[in-house]
Amino acid sequence: MNHFGPTSTRFTRALGVATILGLGWLAVFGLLLSPDDVVQGSYARLLYIHVPSAWLAYLAFGVTGLASGAYLWPRTRSMQWDRIAGASAEVGVLFMALALVTGSLWGKVTWGTYWTWDSRLTTTAFLFVTYIGYLAVRDLGGSHEQRARRSAVLALLAVLEVPLVHFSVSWWRPLHQAETIERGGLKGLMLFSFFVGMIAFTLLYVWLVMHRQRLMMLNDMIDDSGLDRALAERRNEVAP
Amino acid sequence: MIALRNAAHVVGSYAITFAAIAVYTWNLLRRARKAARQVPVEDRPWT
Repeated sequence: MNHFGPTSTRFTRALGVATILGLGWLAVFGLLLSPDDVVQGSYARLLYIHVPSAWLAYLAFGVTGLASGAYLWPRTRSMQWDRIAGASAEVGVLFMALALVTGSLWGKVTWGTYWTWDSRLTTTAFLFVTYIGYLAVRDLGGSHEQRARRSAVLALLAVLEVPLVHFSVSWWRPLHQAETIERGGLKGLMLFSFFVGMIAFTLLYVWLVMHRQRLMMLNDMIDDSGLDRALAERRNEVAP
Repeated sequence: MIALRNAAHVVGSYAITFAAIAVYTWNLLRRARKAARQVPVEDRPWT
């Protein structure tokens, strides 16, 4: 009996422990130890969860695109790629939702509004809705292969939105600030706290995707066994 | 230390983030336990 869940292994258990430690570390650094920003004061602490959430969503959607490409490429075609793509997209939607919510709360205290239709926010919302649509397409009927093929094509189109979102701050000069990290805007303990958040969220992403794609495999096996049983029953009915 | 007057939005954001992650993880493991009852251990490639 595996007390940590049927989809866990020694590796995922170790990864899970590292993730919990990382997230605990992030909470302590983000809420207690990090210094305030000279401009934004305590609100800059939102950076440690908002930016990693957005980064993880980009990473997750990028992995979905790569895995979908690997599925469509005849030499690497495997249902495993399809499950990784689906698992990564679902986790990406979770992180994108968190980026939108934390960004909205941050916007309220810095801009005075929860939402504004500037280019970064609008393209991010569009990306979020696109991947909800992707998950809905995965749930349409048909065989596993049909699901894999149609969702892989959609994922390759959807991933083109990611650079649009990322570069929207430099192309259209929106209300949303430009890249703080890439311009060297963080130093010392703030930069360290930021990297703690990035590492903790990345470990969490890997852990979630591993468990989610194993759950997808279990569900596919259950579907297949149900189909086999139905076919056997039908044959018995027809047999004289 | 975080100033009390700013606490609501900052702590609230952290609370929402960690709560959402916890709920999703709990639901994922619950669904995995349910599905695993129908699949023999020897059929799971990772075991």
